[in-house]
Amino acid sequence: MSKRSLALLLILGVATLVGGLLLPNWMSYLFTIAMGKGLVVLGLVLLMRAGLVSFGQGLYYCLGAYVAGMLTQFAEVTDVLLILLASVSFSVVIAAIIGLLLCRYREIFFAMFSMAFSMILYGLLVRNQVLGSTDGFNVANPSLLGWAPGPEGASNLVLAVAVLLVFTLGILAWRYLKSLSGYAGEAVRENEIRLEYLGGSVFKIIYVKYIIAAGLAAIGGTVTALVSGHVDPEMAYWTTSGEFVFIALMGGTGHVAAPIIAAVLFESLRTYASAVAPYTWQMILGFALLAIILFLPSGLWSLVERFQNKKPRKAP
Amino acid sequence: MKHSLLTAATVACAMTTGGLSLNAYAADEYKLGLVTFLSGAASGPFGIPAKNAADLVIDAINDGTLPAPIKGNGIDGRMITPVYLDEAGGATKQTAEFRNLVERDGVDAVVGYISSGDCLAIPSVAEELKTLTVLFDCGTPRVFEEADYKYVFRTTATASMDNIAAARYVHENLSDLQTIAGINQNYSWGHDSWRDFTETLKVLRGGDIEITTEQFPKLFAGQYGAEISALQVNSADVIHTSFWGGDTDAFVLQAAARGLLADNEVIFTAGETALNSLGEHLPDGAIIGARGPFGPFAPESELNTWFQNEFTERFGTPPTFPAYHMAQALIGLKLAHDQAGVGASTDEVISSFEGLEFYGPGGKVEMSRGKGHQAATEMVYGRLTRVDGEITFTDITRYPADCVNPPDGTETLKWIQSGMPGAECN
Amino acid sequence: MKQLLAILVDGSVYASWLFIISAGLTLIYGVMRILNMSHGSFYALGAYSGASMVGWYFSTGSVPWLSFVVLIGAALAAGVTVGLLVERGLLRFMYGRDEVVMILVTYAVLLIMEDAIKLIWGVEPYFAYQPYTMLGRTKFMGLTFANYDFMLIGVSILIGLALWYGLNRTRNGKLLRVIIHDREIAGALGINVSKIFTITFVIGAGIGALAGALTAPGLSVVPGMGIEVIVLAFAVVVIGGLGSISGALVGALIVGMARATAVHLYPEVELFVIYAVMGLVLAFRPQGLFAVANARKI
Repeated sequence: MSKRSLALLLILGVATLVGGLLLPNWMSYLFTIAMGKGLVVLGLVLLMRAGLVSFGQGLYYCLGAYVAGMLTQFAEVTDVLLILLASVSFSVVIAAIIGLLLCRYREIFFAMFSMAFSMILYGLLVRNQVLGSTDGFNVANPSLLGWAPGPEGASNLVLAVAVLLVFTLGILAWRYLKSLSGYAGEAVRENEIRLEYLGGSVFKIIYVKYIIAAGLAAIGGTVTALVSGHVDPEMAYWTTSGEFVFIALMGGTGHVAAPIIAAVLFESLRTYASAVAPYTWQMILGFALLAIILFLPSGLWSLVERFQNKKPRKAP
Repeated sequence: MKHSLLTAATVACAMTTGGLSLNAYAADEYKLGLVTFLSGAASGPFGIPAKNAADLVIDAINDGTLPAPIKGNGIDGRMITPVYLDEAGGATKQTAEFRNLVERDGVDAVVGYISSGDCLAIPSVAEELKTLTVLFDCGTPRVFEEADYKYVFRTTATASMDNIAAARYVHENLSDLQTIAGINQNYSWGHDSWRDFTETLKVLRGGDIEITTEQFPKLFAGQYGAEISALQVNSADVIHTSFWGGDTDAFVLQAAARGLLADNEVIFTAGETALNSLGEHLPDGAIIGARGPFGPFAPESELNTWFQNEFTERFGTPPTFPAYHMAQALIGLKLAHDQAGVGASTDEVISSFEGLEFYGPGGKVEMSRGKGHQAATEMVYGRLTRVDGEITFTDITRYPADCVNPPDGTETLKWIQSGMPGAECN
Repeated sequence: MKQLLAILVDGSVYASWLFIISAGLTLIYGVMRILNMSHGSFYALGAYSGASMVGWYFSTGSVPWLSFVVLIGAALAAGVTVGLLVERGLLRFMYGRDEVVMILVTYAVLLIMEDAIKLIWGVEPYFAYQPYTMLGRTKFMGLTFANYDFMLIGVSILIGLALWYGLNRTRNGKLLRVIIHDREIAGALGINVSKIFTITFVIGAGIGALAGALTAPGLSVVPGMGIEVIVLAFAVVVIGGLGSISGALVGALIVGMARATAVHLYPEVELFVIYAVMGLVLAFRPQGLFAVANARKI
């Protein structure tokens, strides 16, 4: 990545942040939630590039959110950085264990089995009275390095953190995809045996991707928990995971920015659909999904690519 | 990379700004956000009756046709314009939609929320946005036990009241009660209901009560064959259930077909919604509650007669407790505004709402808990019986509000376990 | 002893219900490689059309026992019609796409059907309890069972037998098995794959609707009932091995018995039992009990 594009990205990042802060409150809230979800989907896209679709990212999304919620509520830790660190490390440890089992599976079995794990978490949380069962519990306002912005400033703080995370993690993910291990993902999807003959460990490649995806999902969950101020087991329910796959497909796997944009679009579509048609918003979502699958099989990003391909391309 | 990201940002910005709302604010309208279930399993038994009640009561408030002593058109002269929203989708979605209602649609107040999870998540947002919010149906006592709110009110009593009263009722009405069994849905509502019921009974009987089996089938499971067998094998003197909506219907049908309801005493804490549809399957003697003095248990009043007649005429079925809850919330909101006077600020409306006592179609509502933000009402149970084929109730016991609601500032479970001090039951 | 009997009977009743709801799902997957998320919507569709027709039938005051014919006929008609519509109008343009994309396509169908059902029937509950209560009950050893539930066991055996006969003893069934085995070769041999796909999807959707109709008398038909059964049906099918009819049967039996045992002996674990069984089976047999392992891509 050249210095110039880095500088441009930096400007873009600051612009997004300022724009986010200037937007009306409800829009910046929607934007923050969308970025949280976008991060989860980013992890999902990493897996999808290796041919694996997880219907259970809700597991780590929910774990991250609950770790954040429990820290603020029961341990009175409100520092955003500490919370992020804790939820990511916890989810990564869990992913490292579950991954040992899960990464042996492919295709539909990987999808179903990952869903089973998230449903087990859902069941555990529903049984847990201390954590409020299905009602969940509220999350206290976050602070940063001793600075507590209070209820009004809290959502701006989370927004700023989310923008920062999206940009840094986005760049990291982009670099990762350009690395050997990143390209190995596509090799796994195309042909596992050939890859192993070439000396790559398919298990290791998938395992690493699974753990990265879990970490990203945990961050997404933490952002959502902090900005919405509430967590409940619904976050681990299979429909939540299904939504992530929906967004991933909507954006396409072509670029790291695709999931973020798709998440913003998805959230806007959903809120407008339920405002315009409170009785039939699901149907609108259904038709939108069908339209994307039919006309944009590689996701919305293929539009951008089509647009780009018209111009002569420089070597990267 | 840079091109694509720039495009990305442009797309995102265009999208977010492009869809901006048109906030036409008219001074002579009172925009009211109404959130109930319009889809999903809770919509039939709860969401739609509540919405119907809202339509009916809002029209009556706007036309000024509510029976005396409620007077005046609209809310201090402003016509209510409802903005409906589907409650389905979980608490995270609802907090986002709440912001949209307030900041995009510019509503003056919000009345809504059936799910307890939503009722726990919404108040902190309502406080942040300084928006008057009336929770109308959800039951969890945690809302005002865990925090104090300024902008949030709940005009319906907590579910603890249902189960404390249920325990009192079976304790007083069933001679030689020794054993109990429970079948409740496996989520907060079911767990809390069963816990309050058993804890109260333990206190009332000095610990002399035995639980034969406690079943927690999944919410909306629909198939209760194995649970019914378990209840038959581990038979008890009374079976407690807090099932609601479709689950009550399924349980009643399956349990009736297998004779469980005829052979056992069963108490349905929220069974009233099943009366209209499945009354013929409920045997004589079934103990029914309506989450307050509603439906068949509503005390006689001009307002109740009006509500029953108009509702039945307009929608074809008599109003059930969710409809009463909604009517109660809307009337409470209007009266708080009326008392504060025309042109009152939100703070003034809040201070007149706090501790308000008013009469809804279900009788007296005292905003006497949660520092004046949480309602307490009486609770009623009765046994179903038939007179010339018509369903009516006998052995009706009315428990005053102070008998079955913990005093202000106490936590329900602690209050029960410490022997319910200060309960006034006569 | 009484408890054991209860577990056995409850387990079998629940298992037969599970088999009926999952048979169509596994059939469609076996032939078409589509994990049909909208299966639950066909179940709901069957329940709604069956229940509303039975309600209407009893309001005409005709012979009660014919209501079974009305119940099943209405559901099958609705399931087959909508199944045909979905397959011809949508799915056939999608064949050859990735399995996961197909899941999302059927997920979209689910979203659309859920709201469409709501638009047609509203959200008020529908009842069709007459067939359920009409059959009466049987008492033995201090336990009372509904005869309708025993009939359910019979019906599930019939469906299982019909599917077995259709797949193994008829010409079309044999062609179907060729397709299951190798789609490309089947096409090369001149089998009309597209026609067989249509037939399969319609049969699968029909069985899904039939399952809904058979369930409807025991409960009230409400919005969202389809969503509830999908995960259950998936679990059964995955345990038995995706695409295998006998697998679905065994999966249903295992889950049914496990659940009944849990309800009677350890009610607190009821919620996990299905996932625990699924995890256990998949840990040892990743493809499920009855499925043939897929060769890896070379």
